[in-house]
Amino acid sequence: MKITGAQALIKSLEAQGTEIIFGYPGGAILPVYDPILDSSIRHVLVRHEQGAGHMAEGYAQATGRPGVAMVTSGPGATNIVTPIANAYMDSTPLVVITGQVATGSIGTDAFQECDITGITLGITKHNWLIKDANDIPTVIAEAFYVATTGRPGPVLVDLPKDISQSEMEWYEPPLPEALDLPGYHPQVVGDRELIEQAAALMAVAERPVLYVGGGVLKARASEALKELVELTGAPVVTTLMARGAFPDTHPQCLGMPGMHGNYTAVTAMQKSDLLVSLGARFDDRITGKLDGFAPSAKIIHVDIDPAELGKVRRPDIGIVGDCRVVIEELLAASRTQGHADLKPWWETLRAWQGEYPIHYEESQDGGALKPQSIIEALAENSPDDTIVVSGVGQHQMWASLHWTFDYPSTWINSGGAGTMGFSIPAAIGAKAGRPNRTVWAIDGDGCFQMTAQELVTARAEQIPIKVAILNNSYLGMVRQWQEMFYEERYSEVYLSTDLPNYVMWAEAMGCVGIRVDSPEEILPAIEKANSINDRPVVIDFRIDASEKVFPMVPAGATNDEIVVHPSQQKGA
Amino acid sequence: MPPEPFLGTTEHTPVQHHILSVLVENKAGVLSRVAGLFSRRGFNIYSLAVAPTDDNERFSRITIVVDAESAPLSQVVGQLNKLLNVVEIRDLATHQAVERELLLATVKANESERSELLRLVADAGAAIIDFSHDAVTISLSGTPEALDTFEHLVAEEYRNIEVQRTGRVALPRLDHSA
Repeated sequence: MKITGAQALIKSLEAQGTEIIFGYPGGAILPVYDPILDSSIRHVLVRHEQGAGHMAEGYAQATGRPGVAMVTSGPGATNIVTPIANAYMDSTPLVVITGQVATGSIGTDAFQECDITGITLGITKHNWLIKDANDIPTVIAEAFYVATTGRPGPVLVDLPKDISQSEMEWYEPPLPEALDLPGYHPQVVGDRELIEQAAALMAVAERPVLYVGGGVLKARASEALKELVELTGAPVVTTLMARGAFPDTHPQCLGMPGMHGNYTAVTAMQKSDLLVSLGARFDDRITGKLDGFAPSAKIIHVDIDPAELGKVRRPDIGIVGDCRVVIEELLAASRTQGHADLKPWWETLRAWQGEYPIHYEESQDGGALKPQSIIEALAENSPDDTIVVSGVGQHQMWASLHWTFDYPSTWINSGGAGTMGFSIPAAIGAKAGRPNRTVWAIDGDGCFQMTAQELVTARAEQIPIKVAILNNSYLGMVRQWQEMFYEERYSEVYLSTDLPNYVMWAEAMGCVGIRVDSPEEILPAIEKANSINDRPVVIDFRIDASEKVFPMVPAGATNDEIVVHPSQQKGA
Repeated sequence: MPPEPFLGTTEHTPVQHHILSVLVENKAGVLSRVAGLFSRRGFNIYSLAVAPTDDNERFSRITIVVDAESAPLSQVVGQLNKLLNVVEIRDLATHQAVERELLLATVKANESERSELLRLVADAGAAIIDFSHDAVTISLSGTPEALDTFEHLVAEEYRNIEVQRTGRVALPRLDHSA
């Protein structure tokens, strides 16, 4: 059967199980937009290509399936570079299709030409420039396989216009085992001998901490992890990328470590004698000053990416493998081991938890709203499996610290890249993939202004997300740093209290807009938002601009120098 | 002939370095993927040579001399291995490699200087591959150290030379014990 390259692309995407494409048409990708009309795949027309990329990320993080985005050449392609970089940092499986100028025009500075495979070399797992329509089913099969296996990540397929217009003889895309990828062999199973050594090390550790990262979610290892945790009796910390991978309400969960982690999680890692890193990568936001990080800890490092072992901290035992498989192997090996008495360690941990809980001061009568209490009110009035999607900044940290995450894949954020504006489009993507779940975007006013136009997409496509803007009229995290480290010299962080008018803006985009100024308005606003399911809702929460995120490890300091809430500081 | 020792450093690679022999799929852009990875991760390259292998030209071999002080070798190898088109990496560390490099040098030499130059060429085992009335072009293949020595000697004696070197290629040293 002879079909066009464009038809072959759509058929190939269908064959890979694609359910939704987030995209935006344009000249070079035009041929591909014709067969979309005849396809079972839903196309979500975004308002900016960055939105398409983040929606695909949100979709992927919420569903565990690869997100698919499609844009045209030149500026269409460059506009999706930020989401690709973001997905690369957070190991999110993404397949991005870009149109390209005709092969004969490549290299001539043709209209809307850019070297997108060159631009994305360092931020994709791999990319392809297709030069023969006959390659399309194979390349798309390779693209999905590479994006979703091993350490997941974004891939990009660049499709010149003449290739999508030319004819090819259709064939069924090869299955993964038939792909010819001589340089790609992800190692899934851990080395047996190393597993035994790791189990033996865990058995004698007196102050162990299981350091759980996003890899546990990618590997769908939460259940195995829970068994291992309960068998070993060890405490668990969940990084920003792993919130929900282990239930916050579990007695062995210490919560989030890192620059804005809680005191006990940070200090437990710092004082531990054995860190068992599961799908985490010793990010600088976790370690603080590396020289002073967990100085007496031995390290067991489990990761599917061999290059992560020893990249930052040399492991005593480094195990390459899929987190779920390795955790199950560790579990089996640990069953035959005894365990050190962890009672003294738990007494220490419980004492820290008692002394330094996550703390904030409630609003005084007539005082400004506290963002932390808004998060807590949202959490209390939302279903347990609500998906929370945040932008980047103070609101992100408050959401991570004050929401209780008990289920995997209920927390979606931009961790590694720290991409402001992530929240709205990622929440739309998550809701598109999980239409029966409540999806709350918790955003800052700065972030909201970067990508709010995608709420038009959400309304037009009937994707009713809910948005809570924690609006302090500032770039709050930068303001916090200027307050603490730049003698309160506030430079270019004020965004205005009355520009824009968020309620009117939300209404103009077809959403319901609500403004909340005082504490007694919080609950009614949330209840109203919960009652609306036919369109997006935006709540503009006017919060206390002086509120800061605590605890905090100052940049460049060791985790021993963690700064707790002022009311908890000695001598306060 | 006993294999010559590998000394680790030369003029062209003055600090601690390693030789990576990298088998890659012969696909468009593979060299920029490798080079891009080195620059992105902050690894320094001293020299790089690439040519197809004889396997139906499906694969090429890239010989990369890397600065082992700019990053731990395990990181360089680990990150390189993540490139989809990289099939196999061999780390040819100290004393485990036989290496060769090719030098071409065009030397201005008049009648009176030429006999001395020809003697130097003969002593070094080099060859004249082109000549004109006032210049010769010399070719010498050998170890990077031998090329250094030759380059020095010629530069000391002749004012006007133009040198081009290929960067080294290497393969693992064979097992001589059996």
